[in-house]
Amino acid sequence: MATLNVLILVCLGYVVLLFGVAFAADRLAAAGKGAWLRSSLIYTLSLSIYCTAWTFYGAVGNAARSGLEFVTIYLGPTLVMISWWWGLRKLVRVGRSHRVTSIADLISSRYGKSNTLAICVTILAVLGGTPYIALQLQSITLSFSIFADADPSGLYREGSSVFWVAAGLAVFAILFGTRNLDANERHHGVVTAIALESVVKLFALLAVGAFVVWGVAGGVGPMMDRIDASEIGHWNVDTGRWTTFIFLSAAAFVCLPRMFQVMVVENTDEGHLRTAAWAFPLYLLLISLFVVPIAVVGLDIMPEGSNPDLFVLTVPLSQGNDWLAMLSFIGGFSSATSMVIVTAMALSTMVSNHVVMPIWLSTQGGSGSVSGDVRHIVLLARRISIAVIMALGFFYYRLSGGGAALASIGLIAFAGIAQILPALVGGLFWRGATRTGALAGLTVGFLLWIYTLLLPGMGGVLMPESVLHSGPFGLSWLRPQALFGIEGMDPMVHTVMWSLSLNTIAFCVASLLSFPSPLERLQAAQFVNVFDHSVAPRGWTGSVAQSEDLMIMTQRILGAGPAHEFFQAEAEKQGGRASLPEPTPAFLERLERELSGSVGAATAHAMIGQIVGGSSVSVEDLLAVADESAQLLEYSGQLEAKSAELTRTARQLREANTKLTQISEQKDSFLSQVSHELRTPMTSIRAFSEIMRDTDELSPEEQTRYAAIIHDEALRLTRLLDDLLDLSVLESGRVSLNVGDDTLRSVLDRAVSSTLAGTSKTLTVRRTKAAERIPLQTDLDRLGQVFINLISNALKYCDADEPELTISAHDVGGHVVIDFVDNGSGIPPGSRSVVFEKFARVGGDKAGGAGLGLAICREIMQRLGGEIMYLPGQGGAAFRVRLPLAYQQAAQ
Amino acid sequence: MSTHEDRPPSGARPSLFLERQSYRRRRLTDAARLLPFLGAALLAVPLLWPDDPNRQQAVPLSSAMFYIFACWVGLIVASLVFGFAARRMSAQDESKPGSDQWPR
Repeated sequence: MATLNVLILVCLGYVVLLFGVAFAADRLAAAGKGAWLRSSLIYTLSLSIYCTAWTFYGAVGNAARSGLEFVTIYLGPTLVMISWWWGLRKLVRVGRSHRVTSIADLISSRYGKSNTLAICVTILAVLGGTPYIALQLQSITLSFSIFADADPSGLYREGSSVFWVAAGLAVFAILFGTRNLDANERHHGVVTAIALESVVKLFALLAVGAFVVWGVAGGVGPMMDRIDASEIGHWNVDTGRWTTFIFLSAAAFVCLPRMFQVMVVENTDEGHLRTAAWAFPLYLLLISLFVVPIAVVGLDIMPEGSNPDLFVLTVPLSQGNDWLAMLSFIGGFSSATSMVIVTAMALSTMVSNHVVMPIWLSTQGGSGSVSGDVRHIVLLARRISIAVIMALGFFYYRLSGGGAALASIGLIAFAGIAQILPALVGGLFWRGATRTGALAGLTVGFLLWIYTLLLPGMGGVLMPESVLHSGPFGLSWLRPQALFGIEGMDPMVHTVMWSLSLNTIAFCVASLLSFPSPLERLQAAQFVNVFDHSVAPRGWTGSVAQSEDLMIMTQRILGAGPAHEFFQAEAEKQGGRASLPEPTPAFLERLERELSGSVGAATAHAMIGQIVGGSSVSVEDLLAVADESAQLLEYSGQLEAKSAELTRTARQLREANTKLTQISEQKDSFLSQVSHELRTPMTSIRAFSEIMRDTDELSPEEQTRYAAIIHDEALRLTRLLDDLLDLSVLESGRVSLNVGDDTLRSVLDRAVSSTLAGTSKTLTVRRTKAAERIPLQTDLDRLGQVFINLISNALKYCDADEPELTISAHDVGGHVVIDFVDNGSGIPPGSRSVVFEKFARVGGDKAGGAGLGLAICREIMQRLGGEIMYLPGQGGAAFRVRLPLAYQQAAQ
Repeated sequence: MSTHEDRPPSGARPSLFLERQSYRRRRLTDAARLLPFLGAALLAVPLLWPDDPNRQQAVPLSSAMFYIFACWVGLIVASLVFGFAARRMSAQDESKPGSDQWPR
């Protein structure tokens, strides 16, 4: 007989073995090897997480109590598996294409990413899982107690052992399920460990069964006789329970978080379902094959009153087969631990993703920048939630007293978790299902389950006897186990019937009455018509073809050179001789990072997903891609604006440069012209003064003539210098204006008379003096200077036989416009643009001006806030002077 | 992707009648879809058995077990046969472009 210490050592050894397997599997998966880890065999074996301690111990107990009823729990999943073409295929496809991480994620995703719904499903799953965890605790504790009863040292106490079992399992689950974070929530190591556990528990149960049939009963024939002769030897199953339990187990098989985890989240290839469709029912058949024989033999040989839930353990013990009992104990331990690990993993994922993280992120001020701390927070949240879940299970066990049959506890959990079914099935097959409907259905079903099953099952602490027997507040039609006055039903059938039917009704009615949000409608279409929106995934077994596709895609994004370099480096890193690397997860991750540098993270993920993962692009992906595109557009818009600004600046600079060059050229020509203009009079002055100096016999007439020439030239020089000075003063803007008031007429009068006085030439000036009564406020002398210049130009250059100058004035809205038009041949078109330039002279040197007059006029007019321009097409030379009626300082 | 199962993913108008191969495949799919209903019907049969508390006419447990496990094995074998057939046919189809690997 094994002692407790040996037992604990065996347990620890087994756990270490599991750890080793999980670790090795993770290593293999990370290295991209071990394709068998993703085989359909492993997938099928991991599905047998469905068979927990309830199956291992409870099925025999159930059979001993109610005959073949136990088999319903395995017939339901069998029906689900063989109808995979209808339901599971779609569920798995949806889960994969939307990268769903849990059943709460699936439901929330389908109903427009509703976190409220996710929280509801999470709470439901946690509470529904609580009795189930308690069941595992109870079974392990019971199996310990069997060995402890026979242990002479007698140190065993049941109360504390439950606590230690719970704590141990919690630590175990934390170590196992939260070692690392994976974006897909896939855990190759855990799945492999679970597959091993499935083999262990099947082998253990088959071994006990074979021992019972051939070792105790003596063969199949005698066994059958013994079955018929036993107290459960006739078909005696309540029809209501038979149907209800088949349905319930089928529903729970799909809805249980841990089943969803292994069936959908950990699924690596849809094709595995095809194998699991027959292999998993076979597993279920094998595991239930010897249940009735063990139960019958147990009832036969065990003393009256022994717990039938433990026949699997006690029958070999009573026959003195200690090794078989130890194997059986390991099988039971194995089924309990695997269930606890995966449940804790699935539930903690849900709790951390849908409850803790949203709260934590919202307390962080909603900043989008997520630092590396988050991984730490997520892991911590998961560890704490595992501890809380185990604590809940522990308290349920203490409250329910630990005396109930295992199967009845399990069924309570099933009924709770099955409340997700309407929302799940409706979400997958009915586009009209809405978030409001799902919330209504879940709430109704959940509350009814708590009221009619969970609370009555937990004893008198939470629900007084009076409520149970006569309803709350004496309302007898609200009695928890006889709603609406319908009595006599089995409590389980009663709960399942009422909760699921009212759940479905609430779900349908609320869905029909409410209107979904756009995102919800989009997701509904994506989920219901998932086969139209996604392609059949090619699986994750890396092939070179995928690498080629990746290579082509990478070339398009990064360019041929960098893409080749990257792939070459990766291929070398993998140590392969091939030129293309195997698409291992690590390689894909690096590639994604590389690509996301160019096209954005979401786009890169979607692109690689399209080629490798076979997951279709979800709405989230599209939104993220749209975000990135918008950012890119905005960025390129900014670039465009900047480039336009630069172009503008460059143009301005070019213009400035041209202007500067022009000015520099002007300055050069000005200097040369000035020196030329100065040199001509200087030459004649020098020449005549030399004549006067060197020639002795000069007549007085000649002397006077030469001195007059010198004087004239000197005058001309002075005038030129005066003009230059005037011009430079005007141009530099340092001129001071003497603003005075007078009429235009008197200014013109003075100009005309001073020009025409003392000249031999004739010029007829035509004026409309009435129109010249325009009051002016400006520098009258300067204006007069302009007028004198224009009139004297007409006098000098007008080549008509009878020169005429017409001066006309108009008042045009605040400005006065004065036109000077003569009847000469005018200025040739080619010279018109230069007449206002310095030293510009039209028609040679005959008039003897320096060519500064019009330049000075232009400068003066600019100072006075007006302008002077040449008017083409007037018959002769025509100038227009335009100036404001009142001089304004601002006009400068 | 088209929504109608008989339509090829793209291109020409679908023919009204299918080749023998595709026809077989489609009927096989039908059989797979009907399997759960057959299973449910078979498992509902025990509801008709007399439930006699005096155990005079009640069905012996061994017979009940035999019936249920036989149904179970039958369903598993049917599912297995279908699974292999579907795999073989889809493998054949993969060589033919334009045929849908997964009939809807």
